[in-house]
Amino acid sequence: MCLAIPMEVKTIESDKGVVEAGGVTYEVSFRLLPDIVPGDYVIVHAGFAIQKLDQEDAAESIRLFREIEEAEGKAKNE
Amino acid sequence: MIRYMEEFRSAAGSRALAADIRSLMPKQELAFMEICGGHTLTALKYGLAKLLPEGLSLKSGPGCPVCVTPQRYIDTALALTARPGIVVATFGDMLRVPGTDGSLLEAKARGADIRICLSPLEAVAFAQANPEREVVFLGIGFETTAPTAAAAVIEAEERGLRNFSLLTALKTMPAAMRALLESPTVRIDGFICPGHVTAVAGGRIYEPLADEFHVPCVVSGFEPTDMLRSILMLLRQVREKRGEVENEYTRVVGREGNPAARGVMERVFVPADAVWRGLGNIPGSGLELKVDYTRFDADRRFPVELPPPREYPGCRCGDVMRGTIDPPACPLFARTCRPDNPLGACMVSAEGACGIHYSYRDA
Repeated sequence: MCLAIPMEVKTIESDKGVVEAGGVTYEVSFRLLPDIVPGDYVIVHAGFAIQKLDQEDAAESIRLFREIEEAEGKAKNE
Repeated sequence: MIRYMEEFRSAAGSRALAADIRSLMPKQELAFMEICGGHTLTALKYGLAKLLPEGLSLKSGPGCPVCVTPQRYIDTALALTARPGIVVATFGDMLRVPGTDGSLLEAKARGADIRICLSPLEAVAFAQANPEREVVFLGIGFETTAPTAAAAVIEAEERGLRNFSLLTALKTMPAAMRALLESPTVRIDGFICPGHVTAVAGGRIYEPLADEFHVPCVVSGFEPTDMLRSILMLLRQVREKRGEVENEYTRVVGREGNPAARGVMERVFVPADAVWRGLGNIPGSGLELKVDYTRFDADRRFPVELPPPREYPGCRCGDVMRGTIDPPACPLFARTCRPDNPLGACMVSAEGACGIHYSYRDA
């Protein structure tokens, strides 16, 4: 099952480490995603980090959603 | 941390996107196909269909790994559990898939040694701790899972294990999408492309399909606003008569995917023909172990003789995965086929269209 929740990297030791989401920690392998540092957010699948979350991009998407919401709110009030 | 999930699940955001979608909806009917069980789940769980205009339908494609795994594979796994000394290790959602003669869960209840793993690495660790046992890991899934199976094989090689092997039914998505586009009975006006398959394989894998079939493709995230935004992007392509690959899930996905994961996958596997439940044999749509790794190939190490596979009479999983019917149109759905007694693979998995439709049928 695809878990779409990004998890925060807490510790890394060689190609393994600990990630955390919502207070729950998991041990994962970084063999498929080297060049990760603690503080990064990653997508985890079957015990492996498979991709890094671009936090600036996520913030930008959220900003766009807010704009759409505001535009919709204005349209309703007019 | 950014307030991530809340923002992407905002009801106001969803309503606003739905209003934009309605304003762009053309007169003709449209069918968009999602090919990831995660997307099917989001669509049903958040009731997206109710937000969409009349004439715009979402169809579930062959995006559930357990569901597309053919009957013969289940039968092979069942046959292996009957051999002394073999431990079958598997992701949990394979357990209840009905084979021709029972399921792995029933075999386990009869005493077969079947271990549930969250990661293929757990199977490797178990093999190392139990050198007198032969551990066969059931390697199913798409580009998201294939690198994890490949990494497990490499890990077993590095640890010098001779008692770990893989029964592979790994599959790759673009060839199946092509088969659907070439089918005269399936109508697809756009693909909602699987986010995590693409996170590994890269958005470029859909470019040949978009070019050749002029079909809009949008890679989507898994939150409701992600999917609505993807549907909006598909609609814009339809209106502007474009057939391109676009990416809604930019916070995770790029055009190149994850080169390290692809490298691990390509080190261990080579493309091969594969049989998909519901779609049949699709050339080049599977992955098999490279010659250097055949000592990890359970098919070669433990060949089994099997009678022809048989699916439950009346089961329409195949039609569901081709997008030609919705699950409730199957005569077995919710009557004799239910999550507590699944007769077809699509009712079993948390990612299967029938199981998801059943769970949210009143939502």
